[in-house]
Parts: sequence; C-alpha cells; structure tokens
Amino acid sequence: MTERHEEIDDPLHTIVGTGKPPVIAPGHTFSTVTDKISAIVLTRPTGLGWYAGFGISFLLTLLLFVAVSYLVVEGIGIWGNNVPVGWAFEITNFVWWIGIGHAGTLISAILLLLKQTWRTSINRFAEAMTLFAVACAGLFPAIHTGRPWLDYWLLPYPNTMGVWPQFRSPIMWDVFAVSTYATVSALFWYIGLLPDLATLRDRSQSKTGRVIYGMLAMGWRGSAHHWHRYETAYLLLAGIATPLVVSVHTVVSFDFSIAILPGWHATIFPPYFVAGAIYSGFAMVLTLAIPIRAAYGLEDFITLRHLQNMAKVMLVTGLIVVYGYMTEMFMAWYSADKFEVFVPYNRLTGPYAPYYYALLFCNAVAPQALWFRRVRSSPIGLFVIAIIVNIGMWLERFIIIVTSLHRDFMPSAWGRYAPTIWDWSTFVGTIGLFLALLFLFLRFLPMISIFEMRTILPGAKVDEDLRVI
Amino acid sequence: MARTPTIYGLMAEFEEPTALVNATDLARREGYSVMDAYSPFPIEELHEALGSHHTRLPLIVLVGGILGCVGGYALQLWASAVAYPINVGGRPYHSWPAFIPITFECTILAAALSAVLGMLALNGLPMPYHPVFNVPRFALASRNRFFLCIEAKDPKFDLEATRRFLETLNPREVSTVAD
Repeated sequence: MTERHEEIDDPLHTIVGTGKPPVIAPGHTFSTVTDKISAIVLTRPTGLGWYAGFGISFLLTLLLFVAVSYLVVEGIGIWGNNVPVGWAFEITNFVWWIGIGHAGTLISAILLLLKQTWRTSINRFAEAMTLFAVACAGLFPAIHTGRPWLDYWLLPYPNTMGVWPQFRSPIMWDVFAVSTYATVSALFWYIGLLPDLATLRDRSQSKTGRVIYGMLAMGWRGSAHHWHRYETAYLLLAGIATPLVVSVHTVVSFDFSIAILPGWHATIFPPYFVAGAIYSGFAMVLTLAIPIRAAYGLEDFITLRHLQNMAKVMLVTGLIVVYGYMTEMFMAWYSADKFEVFVPYNRLTGPYAPYYYALLFCNAVAPQALWFRRVRSSPIGLFVIAIIVNIGMWLERFIIIVTSLHRDFMPSAWGRYAPTIWDWSTFVGTIGLFLALLFLFLRFLPMISIFEMRTILPGAKVDEDLRVI
Repeated sequence: MARTPTIYGLMAEFEEPTALVNATDLARREGYSVMDAYSPFPIEELHEALGSHHTRLPLIVLVGGILGCVGGYALQLWASAVAYPINVGGRPYHSWPAFIPITFECTILAAALSAVLGMLALNGLPMPYHPVFNVPRFALASRNRFFLCIEAKDPKFDLEATRRFLETLNPREVSTVAD
C-alpha cells in the first residue's frame, strides 16, 4: 500500500514524542519560506499542467457564458423547472456553492480566534476558494429571477417607481446576507494579502510586477505601528466574521424553513445547514489542497497534520449532518401529520429514492472511514472521500429542494422534475468559472500566507532570555 | 552639527527579531522617541518597545457596527412602515422580528468596513512614496531582515552621534535614509 510506504519514509509524519506531524517541515527559515512561496508566482516557469487546467476550466467558463446568454434571450423556460418544482437545479447549486464557501471563513476566522496554528498554511487559498464559490453562488439567484437585468430592484434605493423591497421576505435577507458575506470575505482576503503583496513587490524582477504588486500593496512597509493596528483589525475582522459565517447559511436555510412546505418547515434547518456547509467546505478544501500540494511540491507547508485535522473536522460536521437527517425523520414521525410523514416515505420509496440512498451513502456511510488513522493519513484516501462528500452534499440540497416540492399536499398538483442540458451547462459552467479563477489565483498571488508562515517558525519568537531591558 | 533637511533618518539592519527589540529598547533608553521599527511579520514586543499607545481602532469598529445596526433597522422600518406600507398577510407594518436578519447583516458589514478602512486610514495607507524605500536593502524588510529607523525629526537626532549610537547596537549595517 502506498500509505504504508509513506508512513515509514515521510520525515514529516511525526514530531518526535507527540506522534503528530508538524505544521511546517523542520529546517525552514524566514528566507526559505518567503522564497519558496513567492517563487511559485514570480520565478517558477508556468507548467504545462497549469495551461491545460486553466484552458479546460476556461472553456467551461465559456459554456457558462453561452448558457446564461441563451437564458437571457429565451427565458427560464430553457430549464427543466416548472410548477410545482420551481426551484430545482439553480437553488441546489446556489446552496451548494455558498456552503462550500463556509470552510474558508471558518478556517480564517474561527480557527484564528481558537489560536489553531495549523490554519496558517491553508487559510489563504481556502479564503480564495470562498470568494470564488460565493461568486458562483451569487450568480444563481440572480439569473433565477427570470429577468436578471432587473435584479437591482432588490436593492433598497429611492426610485421613481416609489416602491421599496419587501424586507419581510427571506429572499431579501438572502440578498443582504450573501452580499455582506461576499464583501467581508473579500476584505478579509485582501487584508491578509497586503503584507504578502509587499513581499512580491520587493521581490519581483519585472517592472510590471513591481508596479502592479506595488499598487496592490498600498505602500505597506512593515512598520511596527502598522503591524499593531493590522493585527487588531485582523482579529476584529475574525470576530466579526465568526457570527457572519454562522448567519449566512442560517439565512439560506430560512429561505426554506420560513415556507410551510413539508420537508422545509423545520427548526432543525439552521444548525443542520451550517454544519452541512462546513462539511462540504472542508471537503472542497481537501479536494483542492491535495492535488495543489502535490503539483507545487508544498508538502513542507501543507503537511499531513493539516490533512488529518481537516479530515477530523469533516468527520465531526458529517456526524452533525447525519444527526440532522435523523431529526428530520424523527420529527416527521413525531408530528403525526400525514404530509410530514409522507416526506421521508416519499424520499425512501418515491421516484428520487436512488438519489436519496446515494446521498446517505456519500454523506453518512463513506465518511465513517475517517475514523481510521490510516485513512486520515492517506492523501489519496482523503481525496476520494472528499470527492464523495462533495457529491453527497450536492445531492442533499437536490433532495431537500426537489422531493419536498414535487409532491406537497394535493396529489393533483404533484409533478416531476428532470434537468435539461441548460441546467447542466450552467452548473458545469460555474465549476469551470470556479476552477479558472482558482488557477489564476494560484498563478498570480501567493497561495500560502507568507508572513503568517514566518510567524510560526521557531526563530520568530523574541527570546526573553536575550532581552537587554 | 547642523541637521541636514534632506535626510529622513538613519536605519540599522538586524538579522533577528530579538536584536531589533533590544535595539529599540536601547534607543528609547538613550532618549530617542521619533523612530519606527520594520519587520517582515508582526512582533508584539516591538510595539511596546516603541512606547506606542493603544490604537483607537476597536472604538472605530464599535461605532461603525452601531451605526450599521441602527441604520439597517431604520431603513427597514422607514421603508416598510412609512414610505411604502404594504399589508402582507395581516402582519404589522413594524414587524420587527422579520427585520432582525438584515439588521444583523448591516451591523456586520459596517463593522467590517470600519475595521478595514479604519486600519488603512490610521496607518496612512495607501502611501505611494515613503523615504525608507530609498534604502535598497529595505526590500528585505518584507523577507527576512529587521530594521530600526531613527528619524531626523527626533530632537536628539544628530547624524554623527546617532550613527555612532546605532553602530554600538551590533547591526549588520547602518544606512542613511534620504528624504
């Protein structure tokens, strides 16, 4: 087995005495950390793999442009959703993407407040992932309105029509929650980048690089006064982003739970959605981190410790999600309401039952392999499980939306839903957009926070014994 | 010795964070007050060694958050009850529980914007030009070197004496910073 082989040979596998792999490989200094991470952007030749990856994802992005253009010309009749299944693919994708974003904020904000140093090498690209995922997510409700060119009506501004948005509607809450989330994530990411942009400015060999990174770095010079305010601001942002990350998926779950539809109208929805969001987010971070670390040779910085810890977070949040499934079942039975009882019955035996069983396998059964240390220590094993969880979490949103809508109260109003080629094109297109943005990010910005990596080096601590005063 | 107006200050370069903190401590004991220390990552002790005060940033964020909270709620109340009152399923115009999510989001948004813009404003960023960048070796301040710059504005600053003092701190190099 490959992982057995790794356990013996990998010098990063354990810190002597603790049995845990280190968060950074031994032997690194301020300069090696700086040079190794900035070289990916500045000096390393861009590999063929990058061009291939970016090329394919850019083609898929073009597919998205085609799908959305055709939608604007023709209207949402090109999609498979119709009464009674009015939400279907587009809202499934929206919830899936926004959920993925949650891991980035969780890693950067909550783990910072909890002083988890292992967050340092993964927070930057997890935040980038958040931004790109939120961009993909935001697209869906916008095009789902049917007339996307009138989306600005959702914004509260004084207008000649004399109308104001309906603030009692969860859709408005969504607008505010998602746009706040996107803004705060972008701020967090940019502020985190500021000192590293200064590093790139100082190390860039080309004039263009110096000018562009220089403008983005805003003249950052690492003054002690600046660092002090910077750290205060960063900590405050983390404190502000922590309730935000919990609130966003709560508001998304309100879109469902405020409605009186059986299968949606449940108080378990907010915590269940938040746990699911973190679960799918960590699955996506692992899906991205494992190939990136191999492709760029970053095993020194993204060690097995990071992968193991993320696997543990996935295991815990996965169990919370399973608890959510059980609560849904229990509440349906306990309500003694025949429409509520029908929801799980329909999921288990109705036309979408195969997807429900697939969802249970992906989200509840497969991740139980993470109980074993051998699996948690195997990048390939983790990658496979992360992919399974990504699929499972997508299926979960599909099941929640479609099975609840397609058979509600009156059998005469029942219906079926099947996606069309345009549903698929839009979804696959956003995956392309997400990956294309990610490839650009990997190429042009430091994917690991250089200055935070310096702070976790042994030499970064001021030695109190050597202080003169 | 007369002060030269075209000089911004004198800058000493160190290789270790501890050396920089010690140098800053000693410079302060020597009586220098107008100086700044530069490092490639935040060093908690450095801020104290420079004798700086607490930052006003938390207060700015608090005020921003409160304004966002009040503003967000007022917007919804005014739009839903005054400017455009609509009866939705018999709910009161001032249906406060429904206004909480947006009020919360506005609080977060305003607080986060105040934290970032406040930090940049207090730090005087963006600043396209600063004299310290005139020292070529200062490029290493964002990599692995630590710098202490005593500015010419300091009342005790004297090109010769200050340079001699900085030399005693065992720096790697002392450079003159042109303004």
